[in-house]
Amino acid sequence: MSESKRELIFSPILNRNPIALLVLGICSALAVTGQLATAFVMSICVMAVTACSSLIISLVRNRIPSSVRIGAQIMIIATLVILIDQILKAYFFSLSKQLSIYVGLIITNCIIMGRAEGFAMSNPPLASFLDGIGNGLGYGFILMTTAFIRELLGSGSLFGYQILPLTVNGGWYERNGLLLLPASAFFIIALLIWLLRSMYPEQQEKD
Amino acid sequence: MGHYLNIIVKAVFIENLPLSFFLGMCTFLAISKKVKTAMGLGLAVLIIMIVTVPLNNLILTNLLQPGALAWAGYPRLDLTFLGLLIYIGVIAAVVQILEMILDRFAPALYNTLGIYLPLLTVNCAILGAALFMVERHYTFLESTAYGFGAGGGFFLAVVTLAGIREKLEYADPPAGLRGLGLSFIIAGLMAMAFMGLSGLEV
Repeated sequence: MSESKRELIFSPILNRNPIALLVLGICSALAVTGQLATAFVMSICVMAVTACSSLIISLVRNRIPSSVRIGAQIMIIATLVILIDQILKAYFFSLSKQLSIYVGLIITNCIIMGRAEGFAMSNPPLASFLDGIGNGLGYGFILMTTAFIRELLGSGSLFGYQILPLTVNGGWYERNGLLLLPASAFFIIALLIWLLRSMYPEQQEKD
Repeated sequence: MGHYLNIIVKAVFIENLPLSFFLGMCTFLAISKKVKTAMGLGLAVLIIMIVTVPLNNLILTNLLQPGALAWAGYPRLDLTFLGLLIYIGVIAAVVQILEMILDRFAPALYNTLGIYLPLLTVNCAILGAALFMVERHYTFLESTAYGFGAGGGFFLAVVTLAGIREKLEYADPPAGLRGLGLSFIIAGLMAMAFMGLSGLEV
């Protein structure tokens, strides 16, 4: 794999992270991070949709008139999301119930639109596909880290398996109720952004 | 009447879309640096929600639901899986039409809202409100009330956040937290404050 392709995949994870740097696609990032399992499924879904939609949009990019390109992109993305939604409902019904409306909201996830508009419209299919995977990974990275912290400290488990024995079950770990609340996701992501921006000072905002 | 008022109060305070469901976060954080622009954005969201939520409700009950097309001779047709595609299409269309109407009849308002309107097609709060309307099986009147409440809640949250962020210009946070990081923390604190309102009923 050539240098530039590797960069397409890996640079969105830390130094061009779509969530931390560009403030894209945070809506769903916060809501599904109470448990690792839902965060994992969500990351996979977003990665699949981003990669496939970038690939398809890039394939037809020369045929889309620019005045209707947003509509055309949304239709392609919406079709892919409906596919994912139907697959989840068919094979992982309980998970799809937990994710409730957030699977549908992948359509309006700005990462996907952002990559379609910003990269896939002006680049060849293979590069767009890899760029989609990379941005999906960057999104998944923030999601999984947040979910890891929230599930481990909030309910003492990972992927639903008990890691820290809880006091209510006779163990020693008193669970931290704050981390089960949605508001805690804001704080954890804020700390992650702080960490990333301390590692890469060029990302810091100037006044 | 009380029932509808209750839906509105619940949507504004208890189930506030940005603060308790994290919907519309991107625009919520990106366009809340100044109170004036935040008001424009909030107003645009409010108007679009009042129009799209009931409209999507009509489409759902009259075209998509199982049995809805019985008059056309398809009593067993269930088109609900097409919902996502239709709702987003309706939202995009309404945004476009609203833009043209405002441009023609209220140029002053158009100049204030103009730049935000196209953005709102991909605002998850608006699609989210439509999806909640479907999930909770609201009737037409209930979904009108819900659209009003959800839009009002977004307006309230975004204007409040902008007010706080204007004051923050006098603060001196660590370099890495400046801007986005700090906004996240404020949004978190606001979310916790709004949680204090849970259980509120009219």
